[in-house]
Amino acid sequence: MTQPFRIPGLGRVDTARTLTFRFDGEAYTGHPGDTLASALLANGVRLMGRSFKYHRPRGVLTAGPEEPNALVTVGKGAHRDPNTRATVQELFDGLEAASQNRWPSLGLDLMGVNDLASRFLGAGFYYKTFMWPRAAWLKLYEPLIRRAAGLGALSGQSDPDRNEKAFAFCDLLVIGAGPAGLSAALTAARAGARVILADESAWMGGRLAFDRHDFDGRAGFDWAQEVVAELAAMDNVTLMPRTTVTGAYDGGTYAALERVARHVAPGHDAPLDCFWRIHAKRTVLAAGALERPVAFRDNDRPGVMLAGAVRAYLNHYGVAPGRSVVVFGTSDDGHRTALDLVDAGIHVAAYVDPRHEERLKAPFPVYTGSVVARAHGNPVEAVTIRHQTGREHRVACDTLAMSGGWNPTLHLSCHMGDRPEWNEDIAAFVPRPDAVPGLVAVGAAGGSFSTAAALAEGMAAANDALSALGFKPQDVALPVAEDAPYAIQPVWSVPGKGRAWLDFQNDVTIKDVTQAAMENFASVEHMKRYTTQGMAPDQGKSSNVAALAVLADATGRSIPDTGTTTYRPPFAPVPIAAMGAGGQGAGFAPKRLTTSHAASVEMGAPMIEAGLWFRPSYFPARGERVWRESCDREVAYVRNAVGICDVSTLGKIDVQGPDAGAFLDFVYTNTMSTLPEGRCRYGLMLREDGHVMDDGTAARLGRSHFVLTTTTAAAGPVMRHLEFVAQVLRPDWDVALSSVTEHWAQVAVAGPRSRELLSGLLDAPPELPFMGCGPVSVSGVSGRLFRISFSGELAYELAVPARYGDALFRELVARAEALGGGAYGIEALNVLRLEKGFLTHAEMHGRVTADDLGLAGMLSGKKDFIGKAMAARPGLSGPTREQLVALKPTGAVKQMTAGAFLFDAGAEPVREAAQGYITSACYAVTPRHTLALGFLRNGRARMGETVRMVDHLRGLDTTCEVIPLVTYDPDGGRARG
Amino acid sequence: MRFPCPLCGDRDLQEFTFGGAAVMAERPAPDAGVVAWDAYLHLRDNPAGRSEELWQHDKGCGAWMVVTRDTVTHAVHGARLTKGAT
Repeated sequence: MTQPFRIPGLGRVDTARTLTFRFDGEAYTGHPGDTLASALLANGVRLMGRSFKYHRPRGVLTAGPEEPNALVTVGKGAHRDPNTRATVQELFDGLEAASQNRWPSLGLDLMGVNDLASRFLGAGFYYKTFMWPRAAWLKLYEPLIRRAAGLGALSGQSDPDRNEKAFAFCDLLVIGAGPAGLSAALTAARAGARVILADESAWMGGRLAFDRHDFDGRAGFDWAQEVVAELAAMDNVTLMPRTTVTGAYDGGTYAALERVARHVAPGHDAPLDCFWRIHAKRTVLAAGALERPVAFRDNDRPGVMLAGAVRAYLNHYGVAPGRSVVVFGTSDDGHRTALDLVDAGIHVAAYVDPRHEERLKAPFPVYTGSVVARAHGNPVEAVTIRHQTGREHRVACDTLAMSGGWNPTLHLSCHMGDRPEWNEDIAAFVPRPDAVPGLVAVGAAGGSFSTAAALAEGMAAANDALSALGFKPQDVALPVAEDAPYAIQPVWSVPGKGRAWLDFQNDVTIKDVTQAAMENFASVEHMKRYTTQGMAPDQGKSSNVAALAVLADATGRSIPDTGTTTYRPPFAPVPIAAMGAGGQGAGFAPKRLTTSHAASVEMGAPMIEAGLWFRPSYFPARGERVWRESCDREVAYVRNAVGICDVSTLGKIDVQGPDAGAFLDFVYTNTMSTLPEGRCRYGLMLREDGHVMDDGTAARLGRSHFVLTTTTAAAGPVMRHLEFVAQVLRPDWDVALSSVTEHWAQVAVAGPRSRELLSGLLDAPPELPFMGCGPVSVSGVSGRLFRISFSGELAYELAVPARYGDALFRELVARAEALGGGAYGIEALNVLRLEKGFLTHAEMHGRVTADDLGLAGMLSGKKDFIGKAMAARPGLSGPTREQLVALKPTGAVKQMTAGAFLFDAGAEPVREAAQGYITSACYAVTPRHTLALGFLRNGRARMGETVRMVDHLRGLDTTCEVIPLVTYDPDGGRARG
Repeated sequence: MRFPCPLCGDRDLQEFTFGGAAVMAERPAPDAGVVAWDAYLHLRDNPAGRSEELWQHDKGCGAWMVVTRDTVTHAVHGARLTKGAT
């Protein structure tokens, strides 16, 4: 288990410690500080994946997050993570990774047959080839294509990994910790500003780690570590390594993904990722630049790498990319690679430079005015060099280091819709000033490729931000660094036979782009969609600019005229699991529990959701097998003895102030200001458009003190509406509102023996009239008693502070059971209210008016109220509308269902003939038949008529009779009794 | 996006709920007629540029405010309470 390509004494991995890992089942070793890619290269593994479409063998191209080829699946079972970039995945002991998109193995991939058929699989092939027969697309072609093409696969299991979400705030956000970012962060930090410095690597220093830099006679990376140490010791600085800023949004908001625990072995309880929202007053974008490949024949062979990546593996990881290297550079930047290789003792077989002047004196053959025209072998065994004269010759090598120049990493600057501008000097796009408000791009990200410029621009940008934010600008002593010219002669593609790759990840070649242009997909956005160039997880980070240069050439336009596609967040892949952290399972929505929850669960009640609340469906007794048995028994408790039901979920709103009465008159359709103290009144609220919003009761506790109830469903919206009225429409009124839903536990005590029960419980039972209310004392606890009924029986609601709710519920149930009653759930509650024709939001569903509900009499003519003007519109009342009625079945089928439609007897049950619909249905215990509420056109005039009910969904068809709304105790004597 | 709540300071957009254009505060008289009421409820300008909007800081202090916002640049220019600071 040796690492034949590790260079002793070079790089910063910790060779004192050895880690073992597996790739495709094979065991290898590496060191702390390695990435999976660097460790594989050290072991001589060059084949790391298969391409998307043609299943071509691929090796690692880059040393960073832009990697298009070396995508692997990390982890096993439900924990497995597909499409992990081997260049980003840090090595840990026991790491297990597998290659993707190959069958049966990476070395022998039978799908490689796609490569032989490549002439049929070019751009748009699936639009053209798989057209007929139509039916075959879904059943045959699409599954086949999906199996053959693609990247890694998910486990198909629920994600067991934990993730986190967090917020952060700062004066200055610095994105990227290379020379420009460190200079900016140091300047701002010394001024006392709150600084966040985020970098996607595990360490900070950017290219200072990958390249050899002389900073006043010492290594640039050493300077970087000194700066990082100073920053780390400052309270006003937050260093965020392993953090990729993925999006720029309105108002200085940035999204970032922190890889918290992807670099350690499983078995910890740390979150895998943390998704950050960072709010920054100013931002410095110092994200550096990404190197671009050159397109020539078979440039995708394993062993072809970017020149900057070769330096990274050499200088930072201490790994030789090969034994004999040809360097193909289009600017002076390529010189660094060749010289570093020589210094590391690696053979440089040739240096190939398209420029004509001789700029490099070196102990290896330098071919000016030349290009690399072809790579041979798998992995690379030789390259063909084409000279200015057209003469070609072959040079043996095992590695080709190529550099087509650098593209500023400007993506974030375009996330708010701006497009970059073309800079001819560096043959690249650069960000425009103020592309994102508050963001300045510096160093390579801004198009300045010298290290001296990066250091100076970082400080200048930080000082601009400091001045704007009221801090004192700083004069930081920066080291003297190289200020060499870049001098690029861009080469986008080398003409010739065969296929030359532009987009390695999505398998897009020069031919695909020129073919798209030929077929008039000449706009860069059309070309992208036709060829899929730039659409893979890497979003064309290495390929976009070259592809549009080729498109520009094919369409006879300049590069700036061709333009770029839209840059959208995220800059790098963000797992949905991180964005939605905490939202899985029970975390999806908050749970609201009543104070009687534990007691209800102890009694065996199935708890069902009512909005965010959980309420008992019914309380099963020994021997009961179906819910109907329990429900019928609980209804009988209320009708014959006494029932107990927690009604705390209803909204409770406390209204106080001298103008409380006027305010309530304005929000309710009926008059509340005339309500005497100690009395309650039923009320109806409309929306301003004249439709019913909610109903409930208002109780007057004092001269300027009311408490309202709302339905459970509408508690939030009603509170919001009332605040709108109080703060926006009538800010002149002195009234204050407070939601007290959570503060009070309120329990219904309903049934003929309710008064008897309360007489035994309350310290001094008051004699309340129907719709009366008042303060009471329960075993010394101050509470409130309301004589209101949602069941049609003599009934009360008793409220105590929430902390006594559990004790109160248990006491009431025990006392009710002693009187021949007990607890009832919301199934029984529903039956009781339907027998009385009382409403819920099944009926007040947002499209009904007071007149539809038969409540037009509640619309006061004497005052203005919300919704009054619009409720008077023609068409919102009268016989043309569907009106609330009750129904009972008369046909052979005795079932009625909410959601079923109503038709005239004998009519065809089609949409055009619909006369209304059912909103609620139950088996009524007291009259012993199915009972439904629903809306029927001109329903109030159709009492006694037979209509047809059809539930198309459940296949029910019956006839039913329109009956009066109140089927139980129509004159209301029992509630008043 | 962040709004400068006059009571709480700069807070994240997620804490606020939209309440329509600021003209929602100008409720017509009960007898203003169908045309005025229709305009109040349904007809809205769609400005490209500065726009005055009602927002409630309902996951914060509960205050309703008028936020001045640019619909083109998304820049937020300020916020004022609809009812004097309480």
